[in-house]
Amino acid sequence: MSLRSPVGRVLGLGAAGNGVGHWWALRVSSVALVLLGLWFVFALVRMPDVSYATVTAWIAAPVNAVLLSLLIGTMLYHSMLGVQEVVEDYVASHGAKIATKIVLQFIHFLLGALGIFSVLRIAFGSAA
Amino acid sequence: MTNPKYERPLSPFMMYRWQYTNTLSILHRVTGCALSVGLLLFVYWLVAAASGPEAYASAQAVFANPLTKALLVGFSFAFFYHLLNGVRHLAWDTGHGFEKKMARTSGMIAFWGAVALTALFWFVLVRRGEV
Repeated sequence: MSLRSPVGRVLGLGAAGNGVGHWWALRVSSVALVLLGLWFVFALVRMPDVSYATVTAWIAAPVNAVLLSLLIGTMLYHSMLGVQEVVEDYVASHGAKIATKIVLQFIHFLLGALGIFSVLRIAFGSAA
Repeated sequence: MTNPKYERPLSPFMMYRWQYTNTLSILHRVTGCALSVGLLLFVYWLVAAASGPEAYASAQAVFANPLTKALLVGFSFAFFYHLLNGVRHLAWDTGHGFEKKMARTSGMIAFWGAVALTALFWFVLVRRGEV
């Protein structure tokens, strides 16, 4: 027997009104991060050193620049969803909860933009 | 802890004794939060590389600081643990691995695997003369 109302079943929503999308996005981004994360660690381990020349030459290679940009975007997306969950669990006051989530969202978008822009700047050879 | 008047079920955190299951679960969240903070350092590294050799040199000085190095060891453990335990969570999401023995084995693999991978990762970096 299902205790869900017909409307709730039709909309596919839980008691909180939403959350399935958030839950699913966290899982899908985690699968992507298993692949991208392992790729990056292997790349780090295989790099001869982490000098300026080696690192920028590595980032500038097309496949690396694209995968690194995807890694940055996915990591920040996954991190944003994760810390949102933590804030929802531990911040009791509604106002503080909304405010904290917005601030964290801004920080995540800022870091993502900075990271991806940096990779592109190196890749397009416009770095100083 | 039961209220004699109502005998209503208690939330798990109020009655469970401390054990490996909740330790690993809390550690997953703690390492996740740590990695979110670690993203600051990661993006700082990328911005420094994009800003030119001088900026990269000053970033390298920051990363050479013993305190930063200790943080990086912590972040690398957090990365490997969150990765391994995350795969464990994904298996659970498909309905697999809930049997007591399996859950315990996978938990031990996630924790000690992360310790081993962290050690291996830093062994490579040290041998390369990076640290």
